[in-house]
Amino acid sequence: MSKPKLALYWAASCGGCEIAVVRLYAKILDVADFFDIVFWPCIMDFKYKDVEALPDKSIDLCLFNGAIRNSEQEHMAHLLREKSKVLVAYGTCAYMGGIPGLANVANREAIFERVYHETPSTVNADSVRPQVRYQVPEGELTLPVFYDTVRTLAQVVPVEYFVPGCPPVKEQTEAVLQAVMEGRLPPPGSVVGASDKTVCDDCIRIKEEKRVSSFYRPYEIIPDPSRCLLEQGIICAGPATRGGCGAPCLSVNMPCRGCYGPPPNVVDQGGKLLSALASIIDSQDPDEIERVADAIPDLLGICYLFGLPASLLRRVRQDRKAFPAGVTGELAREQGDVAVMTQRAP
Amino acid sequence: MVVPSDNHEPRIVGFLCNWCAYQGADLAGTSRMAYTPNVRIVRVMCTGRIDPTFVLKAFSSGADGVIIAGCHPGDCHYSEGNYKTTRRIAFLRKLLAQMGIDGERFRLEWVSAGEGAKWAQIADEMSAAIKEKGPLAWRENLKEA
Repeated sequence: MSKPKLALYWAASCGGCEIAVVRLYAKILDVADFFDIVFWPCIMDFKYKDVEALPDKSIDLCLFNGAIRNSEQEHMAHLLREKSKVLVAYGTCAYMGGIPGLANVANREAIFERVYHETPSTVNADSVRPQVRYQVPEGELTLPVFYDTVRTLAQVVPVEYFVPGCPPVKEQTEAVLQAVMEGRLPPPGSVVGASDKTVCDDCIRIKEEKRVSSFYRPYEIIPDPSRCLLEQGIICAGPATRGGCGAPCLSVNMPCRGCYGPPPNVVDQGGKLLSALASIIDSQDPDEIERVADAIPDLLGICYLFGLPASLLRRVRQDRKAFPAGVTGELAREQGDVAVMTQRAP
Repeated sequence: MVVPSDNHEPRIVGFLCNWCAYQGADLAGTSRMAYTPNVRIVRVMCTGRIDPTFVLKAFSSGADGVIIAGCHPGDCHYSEGNYKTTRRIAFLRKLLAQMGIDGERFRLEWVSAGEGAKWAQIADEMSAAIKEKGPLAWRENLKEA
């Protein structure tokens, strides 16, 4: 009998999720033994045409990491969906947009303007910008279309399972692969490799009454290592974040930043975190409340550090008059309305 | 890009507490005050019940504005619900500003059961201000240019 086929792919990601899989150490040998690895461009030399040549639904398990921010990634998401029986959004970028999803505070025009013109180290006297098509004597060169809005994998194609984490912790990756190898699969749409409680449940710090008069950034105070950081005024996303990671950040005096996404039955992680933070302010005076709120420099960055594309609003409002569609916009239109999104599985 | 047009009627979602603001709006109705029909009212037991998610959901589903109205400070039927709201709304207003949704589209007002005229005036003012600004059209915002 032939071995089950495994594929891994990276879209808009940093490569940390690839490392997280390699970090299985000796266990990776069991994985390589059990599966026939048919596609893993980060580690081995595969080409897109190798995937295209496979019959539909012939890949048994595809771990897809990274968000969708350009047309190449969108194409690969559709291709791997077609070829895979089980498609897994592996890691926070594929699950919720992750750090690349923070680009949704800007759009293509704003990003290109910054990158190709404004940065102090950029010298670009001819105002050269990447073009999606360019004629050279040898023929036409093409680049993927860069989108205004970063999307999660499930907003592009249907996804069976979600493994949160930036990156997913080793023990959880191991448990997920073990479950797949033993054929113990939960109902489709499940978040796997995580718990059904919050990070606070994993955190061993002493938690008492939460009432604060000011919020601090981690460098501003030396926190008591045994007590809840939120009670000491350090913003911690623990109460609004799914556990299962084992709270490693908290064990080194750093607050949770929310990479495991919302707990079960929470629609919008940022909305819940915002609610939790506001609720513990020890004041009824509107001016004082305003002062505490104003002391937080970037509330959006705190609420949606890992999940802006998966939030209810998904991105900031674009002033399209201020940011006219560039040349690349033409091709995006040719490809149809790319923003018609698939709903995230419940 | 959605352009403001003269015949655009704003869609405003109002979350009103059962004990004060909803009674105030009811008074405006039973007193036959003529005011804008553009506020769709959702009655909640207390403004303290309003999860910021409700507001985000309203905007993402196509609301042009959201108004939260409850008992005046000190008058909450549950003692402190409106103080909790004050805290959450201060934070939420900051977040919405970063998202590009300004204060005219998101208001918090205190309306007692006797202030029917005040409610009608607030609703009219807000509707006129949003009409001036044009639709928020959040779904358009998610489309590629």
